[in-house]
Amino acid sequence: MAAMTQTVSPEISKKPGRGKTTPNQRREIRWGLFFLSPWFIGVTVFTAIPILASLFFSFTNYDPTAPQNLKFIGLANYAYMFVDPGVIKAIQVTLLYVLYSVPLALIIPLLAAVLVNAKYLFGKNLVRALFYMPSMIPVVVSVMIWQGVFNTNTGWLNIFIKQIFNLQGPSWLQDEALVIPVIVVMGIWGIGGPMITMLAGLQNVPTELYESATIDGANGVQKFAYITVPMISPIIFYNLIIAVIGAFQVMIPGYILGNGRGDPNGATMFYNLYLYMSGWTYHNMGYAATLAWVMFIVVLVLTILLFWGQKRWVYYAGGA
Amino acid sequence: MGVRVKAASHPWVLSHQMRVFASVAGVSFIALLALIIFLMPAGYMMVTAFKTSTQVGDANSGLLPSSPVTFNYNGEDYPLYEVPTDKGIQQLALVKHVKIGSDYTATFINPKDVAAGPIVTKLNWYLLKPVYGFSPITDNFPGAWAQINLGLLFRNTFIIAILGTIGALVSGIFVAYGFSRFRIPGFDKLFLVLIATIILPTQITLIPQYIFFRQIGWGGTWLPLIIPHFFANAYNVFLLRQYFKGIPREMDEAASIDGASPLQILLYVILPQSIPVLTAVSLFHFFFAWNDFFAPLIYLQGKPELYTISIGMTQFNNIFQAQPGYAMAAAMMSISVPLLMFLLAQRIFMQGIVITGVEK
Repeated sequence: MAAMTQTVSPEISKKPGRGKTTPNQRREIRWGLFFLSPWFIGVTVFTAIPILASLFFSFTNYDPTAPQNLKFIGLANYAYMFVDPGVIKAIQVTLLYVLYSVPLALIIPLLAAVLVNAKYLFGKNLVRALFYMPSMIPVVVSVMIWQGVFNTNTGWLNIFIKQIFNLQGPSWLQDEALVIPVIVVMGIWGIGGPMITMLAGLQNVPTELYESATIDGANGVQKFAYITVPMISPIIFYNLIIAVIGAFQVMIPGYILGNGRGDPNGATMFYNLYLYMSGWTYHNMGYAATLAWVMFIVVLVLTILLFWGQKRWVYYAGGA
Repeated sequence: MGVRVKAASHPWVLSHQMRVFASVAGVSFIALLALIIFLMPAGYMMVTAFKTSTQVGDANSGLLPSSPVTFNYNGEDYPLYEVPTDKGIQQLALVKHVKIGSDYTATFINPKDVAAGPIVTKLNWYLLKPVYGFSPITDNFPGAWAQINLGLLFRNTFIIAILGTIGALVSGIFVAYGFSRFRIPGFDKLFLVLIATIILPTQITLIPQYIFFRQIGWGGTWLPLIIPHFFANAYNVFLLRQYFKGIPREMDEAASIDGASPLQILLYVILPQSIPVLTAVSLFHFFFAWNDFFAPLIYLQGKPELYTISIGMTQFNNIFQAQPGYAMAAAMMSISVPLLMFLLAQRIFMQGIVITGVEK
């Protein structure tokens, strides 16, 4: 994300006054606006207006099947959120998922990147491609495959448990306490993207740093902790942001594994799934818009906190 | 790594080679182990796709698709068992059995020696093990294909993905070119706005977009899944802009002096040099469209003839327990397209990501 700060341009200082623009500058502005126009239209029609519109809907009881009954109900939707047991459960489920999945979504790609970057690895390109490949599999399909692996009677995991320990494995997907950790495990098939960015980061760490650390007698673990991690901390930070935002929006595993009802007993009713149910199953779009806005604010505040906190641990070699 | 010694006779050379060999073996073994665990579910999918429902449910069947073996004797099929006899364990066909207590009086036929006639023995039932033979089936593939109309799903997803990719690519190129080549006051701030939209949760714009598209009569059509991509996705713009910025400005300035318009410069100077990033962005969008779930779910509700792969696959959700073989065969077929594309474009794709990834 250093790119954001790199774009500070000198143009601001020589801002041309009104009427002082030369024909050349006017021509450049015209062309620039021409090329940006798809985004101007898109960001207005598909982002800015909808954000405001969903704020508007969050104060109403909008029901798409009966739009004539649209009424302003003030903050009633927001007030209901605090007493809606469905929302409270969905927040718990989602927070639990975020808590488990975010650290893993950083550690596993980092370890995989270190592994596929190893000097002595045989068949490097093939190994990289194989680690990347499952992230090409649509999430719906990937969840279905893992669902088979975790099946109580016929899944490979429980067959292995039986073969090795002669024990009956648990009902992974029917157990309220286990199903979220299982969904987190399923997420490791998505490590491809973060792994590649971290790999690029590893390859950019100057080798002199490792050489001088070796001379100073540092061992492998020390080099990893004191050189590798700080040097790629901007990329870890970038992936942290992506992981947090992605984890809050998780929905498909709940839709597939919980049959869209949050089975077992609401344990897979993610916040986003609850939002979908409110809006599209129960046609309460005003409430769904409220849920969306609350999530937006939570994610926004978290992102700001993370950006604010990065000063303490993210190291930008370029000084940016 | 220190100084390489050229003389082959030097003992240090050998020990160095041994060390390298040990390192390669060690690291590669760890990678192999990690990959086996990591790709195990893919193995499950591939094996299960060739199993019947009975084979999946049969605890004795093992990992590979296998069924109890039978032997045809006098026009009847009899199951084959591993039977402990005085000549060691033999594979015999069980023709008849009578249960008395926990003991069985069983009549066997030896398939290798049918002429010897029936062998009657008394034995403990628990000592008998059915003989399993490798017997994969391929019926799951045509079966699953027909059950969820996979041909139609493929066609639908292809159309949506390709049209969307064209839109994402063309609009992304335009906007990225605008951000990378035109010095206009305030553009850098606009670029920050663009980056900020990357981290915007999609839900915040979803409901009004849904209402809007339904109002203009696009509900139950593909248009909401295609048209928005013609208005530049922030992430694509970011990747393309980073790449365009790396192309020396002198080249377009030279073209400009020769009288080329900005549009011509984009077409004849910038784009020919940007093939890797163009490929990466196209593939990103194609995979996105292949994977997209929420938008098809809400816009195509109740229109099975318009379903995409992701939505179509959920039809297996309820019948998974009954037909895991079908579900896995369908999974294999549905991922074949993105995986094939990834393997073909792997090199350029990984390069594209790495190049653009570095800048972050």
